[in-house]
Amino acid sequence: MPKSNLMNTMPVAVNSEACIADKGCTVCVDVCPLDVLLIDVALGSAYMKYDECWYCLPCEKDCPTDAITVNIPYLLR
Amino acid sequence: MNDKTENDEILEVDVLVIGGGTAGPMAAVKAKEANPKLRVAVLEKANVKRSGCISMGMDGLNNAVIPGHATPEQYVKEITIANDGIVNQKTVMAYAERSFDMINQLDEWGVKFEKDETGDYNVKKVHHMGTYVLPMPEGHNMKKILYRQLRRKRVQVINRFMATRLFNGPDGRIAGAMLLNPRTGETEVIRAKTVILCTGAAGRLGLPSSGYLFGTYENPTNAGDGYAMAYHAGAELTGLECYQINPLIKDYNGPACAYVTGPMGGYTANAHGDRFIECDYWSGQMMMEFYKELEGGKGPVFLKLDHLAEETVEEIEEILHSNERPSRGRFHENRNTNYREKMVEMHISEIGFCSGHSASGIWTDENARTTVPGLYAAGDVGSVPHNYMLGAFVYGAIAGEDAADFCATNDFAEIDSDEIIKERERILAPLKRENGIPPNQLEYKLRRLVNDYLQPPKVTRKMEIGQERFAEIRQDLEQMSAADPHELMRANEVSFILDCAEMAAAASLYRTESRWGLYHHRVDFPDTDNGEWFVHVQTKKGEDGMPINFKRDIDSYIVELDESERDAYQKLRVGSTQAES
Repeated sequence: MPKSNLMNTMPVAVNSEACIADKGCTVCVDVCPLDVLLIDVALGSAYMKYDECWYCLPCEKDCPTDAITVNIPYLLR
Repeated sequence: MNDKTENDEILEVDVLVIGGGTAGPMAAVKAKEANPKLRVAVLEKANVKRSGCISMGMDGLNNAVIPGHATPEQYVKEITIANDGIVNQKTVMAYAERSFDMINQLDEWGVKFEKDETGDYNVKKVHHMGTYVLPMPEGHNMKKILYRQLRRKRVQVINRFMATRLFNGPDGRIAGAMLLNPRTGETEVIRAKTVILCTGAAGRLGLPSSGYLFGTYENPTNAGDGYAMAYHAGAELTGLECYQINPLIKDYNGPACAYVTGPMGGYTANAHGDRFIECDYWSGQMMMEFYKELEGGKGPVFLKLDHLAEETVEEIEEILHSNERPSRGRFHENRNTNYREKMVEMHISEIGFCSGHSASGIWTDENARTTVPGLYAAGDVGSVPHNYMLGAFVYGAIAGEDAADFCATNDFAEIDSDEIIKERERILAPLKRENGIPPNQLEYKLRRLVNDYLQPPKVTRKMEIGQERFAEIRQDLEQMSAADPHELMRANEVSFILDCAEMAAAASLYRTESRWGLYHHRVDFPDTDNGEWFVHVQTKKGEDGMPINFKRDIDSYIVELDESERDAYQKLRVGSTQAES
């Protein structure tokens, strides 16, 4: 079946300057109940890969460098 | 990875706990305490540090039975009446009798409850009749405290694996489970003498009105996994027509927590700011009045706090914006909703299964045993009505202890290797299929159909059409494809959701009466018929793979109800107001 390439805004924003994924930190990836965060190895930063957020905040609260901001997903903002 | 998926390593434990949220860690800890030699593992789809519906903690106990404030008998009565009489009182009593000990256990572990100046628990009245609510203003540490206990008791933790099916031995007894790693696509088989299902609610059954698949009331990792696995393992389920439907903050879809604000003067109001229900405790009857007001000329419905003193509002903000669903503060901020000036618009949730709030679950007795030997269920996926977080802890403990006993007299059951091969093929199929329908699209359509055809008010013909459409979705499952292991997890969850949708339709059609207020409001059978339907409605997998339903008698009550109390929950509307129809 042919597929579309729909674009969505993502609720979780990561400040790649502050993120210390390049030092081996994976706290946000570890705690996300929905497993939507990944580490971009080239960038040395975490990012949100799947738009499946419960805006529950463990990633933001547990981040050691306050690099994460969870916004309310646009559809329900 | 391929070698691995073709040759599953077979793990072996005595007690396998599936789900590491609330009931799960408690079950594992208590099984270990009962017999430290047992091999006990907690399997978690996410990470036990932050999993389940209390990933960010909880703001209070909704059903604390504390001497001096309430007795187990009073509590059993209240829940019997709140659930329209359809309860196995022994299971509610087993909870109530251990409720206080569990609070003390949690207190000892470091959970902070609200206490008065003399050091006694500061219990509040929210229920219609008794007094059972104990605030936990610092409840955000709950998961950390549970994690510490798991480590201390040397429970094996297996994070980031989902269970897809349970295996039965030749005699029907539980034998183990099939596991899938949602990051690598690896599968594993785990053999177990006992399995305790603590997989939470079926939270992705209906579609939230925002349309956002994961903007659910429940933690959306809870897709109904346990309901579906128990069903396929041949267990009986109960009360699936008694949906969970909750009053929530519109769009945000988290609890407005009227029961937290109630003791401080907040309440649920209509558009005029008037109180229309006497009691904010969640029940089907309360939801019916809520629904009538929401849809009537005095609607919609709001949480009213704008009349409270500044320091009270600050205290409410402190509790509600740091526990359970802490992002609600920024949601309100986006919409310029300041509790001091504006009422908070409310709405009703999508439908789901959850015994924690209503009564839909895997049938369990007072020992947390299901109808499959060696299989237990505790927490939201069990069947003890209105059980909430404290009930999950108590039933987790009961299940853990009983499972430890079971292990003393039972060895492993054999797993048929053909079953393993069949199951592995089933769960991996979407990954091997190219160019099919993506799981999110299938899920959206399925859950939209659940809203269209199963959501109350329930209409017979609509539910029958729903069944026809679900059958089409079942065919579409054969065309579902997953691009990566993460999508494969979602694909397998879609199959759980479909099982739950079919079970919800069948059970709702079977009970040809109305009961539990909005939860089972059948427009074409509007009356409650105690002659025919004062029974549990059970669901089981039939020979043809589709759900079958039958009645189960209600065990004689151990706490009799007074005639004057029986319909207390039918009188929730404030006397001076009238619902517009």
